[in-house]
Amino acid sequence: MPDSVKTELGRRYRFAASHRLHNEQFSDAENDRVYGKCNNPFGHGHNYILEVSVSGNVDPATGMVANLADLDGFVEREVLEPLDHKSLNEDVAAFREVVPTTENLCIEIYERLKLFPKAKLERVRVEETANNSFEYAGEKTEGH
Amino acid sequence: MVLLTRKIEFSASHVYNNPEFSPEENRRVFGKCNNPHGHGHNYTLEVTVAGEPDPATGMVLDLKELKAILEREVMQRMDHRFLNKEVPELAGKIPTCENIARLIWDLLEPKIAQGKLHRVRLYETPDLFADCYRDSAGASNGAGH
Repeated sequence: MPDSVKTELGRRYRFAASHRLHNEQFSDAENDRVYGKCNNPFGHGHNYILEVSVSGNVDPATGMVANLADLDGFVEREVLEPLDHKSLNEDVAAFREVVPTTENLCIEIYERLKLFPKAKLERVRVEETANNSFEYAGEKTEGH
Repeated sequence: MVLLTRKIEFSASHVYNNPEFSPEENRRVFGKCNNPHGHGHNYTLEVTVAGEPDPATGMVLDLKELKAILEREVMQRMDHRFLNKEVPELAGKIPTCENIARLIWDLLEPKIAQGKLHRVRLYETPDLFADCYRDSAGASNGAGH
């Protein structure tokens, strides 16, 4: 039955990782100017919080948009296991060439999670600290 | 347009069990949420209303009125209740976060006289929540699975 009320399931996860913001194309002075202490040579870390929202039909048999065990397992395998307690620059291939800002981290996580087979990925939101958060919902115009 | 959000908390118990499933299937699908005597949560509900502030009052809607609606429709119905047994609107449904959020949407939407209900977000725990809102595309719930 067509339903104009949309239901999403949201779930929060945590991981800890280090990064260094540095662009090879920039001079040392430019890197320092752009990235400040985030450019310190040996990197630093954050406790990241990842918020994942998926949408879909609520299955009448289960009352669920997606089974949490399926979502948790997928996020664990695709994101938490590869990123938790890692150096984003050194350990994650996507950040060999791309600066691991949390903007870019959002996009990388979105690209990984959009393959979730059981529901539609709506958006990812990453809190780098309690005061900085970033969201990415793919390249579409509408939001809510 | 301005969005106004009111937050309330309530506590309730529930159990996930589909009588159409075998005991093994219920266990497999619902895990410990299928434990026979149920369990409870402290739910946090965020209700967001959208509208233009009234020039005379500066308000999207009168918060007193919204508080009264939430008290009547949500608190009295669900707070300190066993959702499966005591909320008739959930009879025959699995009282998941998704289904409770949707019921709250359906209860509140016709009652909001000033402004329009924009979003219902229900936290079952700080790490698990469901959102309901009008699909701006006006389409059906798209993602098939």
